[in-house]
Amino acid sequence: MVVLEIVGASKHFGATAAVDEVSLSVERGALFALLGPSGCGKTTLLRMIAGFESPEKGRIVIDGVDVTALPPYARPVNMMFQSYALFPHMDVAGNIAFGLRQEGMGRRRIAGRVDEMLALVQMTGYGHRRPHELSGGQRQRVALGRALAKMPKLLLLDEPLAALDRKLRAETRLELIGIQERVGITFLVVTHDQEEALSMASRVAVMKEGRLVQIGSPSEIYERPSSRFVADFVGEVNLLEGELAAGFNCLALAVAGFEKPIPLPPGMNLTHGTAAALAVRPEKLVLSRVLPNGFAIAATVSSVSYLGGGSIVHLVTRQGRALKAYLPGTAAVRFTRGDALWAAWSREDTTVLTE
Amino acid sequence: MIGIGRLGRLTLIGVPFLWLALFFLLPLLIVVKISLADSVVGIPPYTPLVTRDVTGLKLHATLANFVLLASDDLYLRAYLGSLANAALATVLCLLLGYPIAYAIAGARGAQRQPLLFLVMLPFWTSFLIRVYAWIAILEPNGLLNEFLIGIGLISTPLPLLNNQFSVELGLVYSYLPFMILPLYGSLSTLDESLLEAAADLGARPFRVFLGVVLPLTSPGIAAGSLLVFIPAIGEFVIPDLLGGPDTLMIGKVLWDEFFNNRDWPVASAVAVVLVAALAIPILAAQKYLERERAA
Repeated sequence: MVVLEIVGASKHFGATAAVDEVSLSVERGALFALLGPSGCGKTTLLRMIAGFESPEKGRIVIDGVDVTALPPYARPVNMMFQSYALFPHMDVAGNIAFGLRQEGMGRRRIAGRVDEMLALVQMTGYGHRRPHELSGGQRQRVALGRALAKMPKLLLLDEPLAALDRKLRAETRLELIGIQERVGITFLVVTHDQEEALSMASRVAVMKEGRLVQIGSPSEIYERPSSRFVADFVGEVNLLEGELAAGFNCLALAVAGFEKPIPLPPGMNLTHGTAAALAVRPEKLVLSRVLPNGFAIAATVSSVSYLGGGSIVHLVTRQGRALKAYLPGTAAVRFTRGDALWAAWSREDTTVLTE
Repeated sequence: MIGIGRLGRLTLIGVPFLWLALFFLLPLLIVVKISLADSVVGIPPYTPLVTRDVTGLKLHATLANFVLLASDDLYLRAYLGSLANAALATVLCLLLGYPIAYAIAGARGAQRQPLLFLVMLPFWTSFLIRVYAWIAILEPNGLLNEFLIGIGLISTPLPLLNNQFSVELGLVYSYLPFMILPLYGSLSTLDESLLEAAADLGARPFRVFLGVVLPLTSPGIAAGSLLVFIPAIGEFVIPDLLGGPDTLMIGKVLWDEFFNNRDWPVASAVAVVLVAALAIPILAAQKYLERERAA
């Protein structure tokens, strides 16, 4: 069941297209992430769904109803604002009850629903506090409770964790997922944080310059990026630019300066001579001091960054290209600056990108 | 604070304190002193508060002037008249000023400054001259009546001048900018996302206004109302120039006592009562504004 469908929506601010021919559908009950760098149009798209921006063309359909022409107050969606936008002149209970009062719900039912929401976001007992008396994390919970109180068909979350510090962000992320599962409401999260999108969402849409560039599950987005932009934006990546050529028994990528072309995964349907990039994630690199079987690149360690759970080894190839390898645990202690190594990977772990 | 030190801090607070004491508190005390004296023919036209003779210092304080204020209902009616006129002017300024301030705050950045400039433009001309100008407009053969007769809407001039109407018009006209500016200040700092959040939660525009905009701009409403109400109560020029025989305002009574009757003690007593009566709403509003700011 599709709860949200966007068909060919566009919106310009001046000469720049904030949202450019975006079509998208979101399944009911999904936790859908719109991921992209700042200025990519993801917030404009979100505001379009909420009704704060009207598309120049295209349609927005929520639960089978075309809402394109409806004002924000008539749409069955609610939004959690990045700034939380809590009403400073009302207490927590008043904030949560605000939407319910607009519906003309009875007093006793409102009080019941407010208590329910306070319990859901673990703020029971805080009903009479004013927003300025709460911590950032508590405000975030109240904002979530307020946005969920009306049981919307779709909840829009604009950078829900951006205002929290790192430690709190990780906890709150888990809580958000838990709450989403419990209430069963479809969440559409806008974020610029790829880690957040990958870890929270069941589906991720990546945006760039107003356009959707890839939609898929988090692992599809990470393992099979469709373009250089996605590969580079989502996670760390080594990109080697070259030209498709014939290799030993398979298609390969001829990279300037490399004497041997780099073998590519089988099943590629591309013609020789096409410009392409090879993407390989740092954790797929295998480093060894002796020349391994198959393809390997000679490189020198330029630095090792210890991250706690693992290390990033920065390498420079003989051709002067930088490579990154992620080694889990303490595997990197064997290496120091200046070591001459071989960097290898299995060709199945690489992606060929022509866009 | 860095590097100012105890002496510097004392100077910083002390200078404005001294200024207020010298030019505000001292004159007020002199007025209080005069209000306790008797009127005499002479220079100055009141009895001294303290005299010295062979038996020593003697205090001549009398509450007779205050008793007079209480016993003659002219003063009470003048106070109430001022109160009513000022209250009505405040309400009218609020009703007129709020939409104007709202429109200016909602205008695009480049249009805001010229609009604010227009609000302040009247201050470039003397207050007195602007009030006089209204006489030329409102007179029986003034601009407005001539115009209305000219287009055939009326055949005889409307009584627009020297009545309650012209006084109220003058008050609203003169004090409207003092309402608009604090309201604009309040409205322009209103967080746009709060209005969006209210709309998102299902509030129609009017409910957004009542439930969010109005309560959040209440400090501006309070400040603007004070800035209109307080000077309007003591207003003398407007009732004097635009008012008629039925206009009874305390500022005019005070003027008459002081200059026409040359009764400084009664005039001072009128002023003392006025200041005391105004101090209450000012302090109440101050308390309210402080609480709002703390929240």
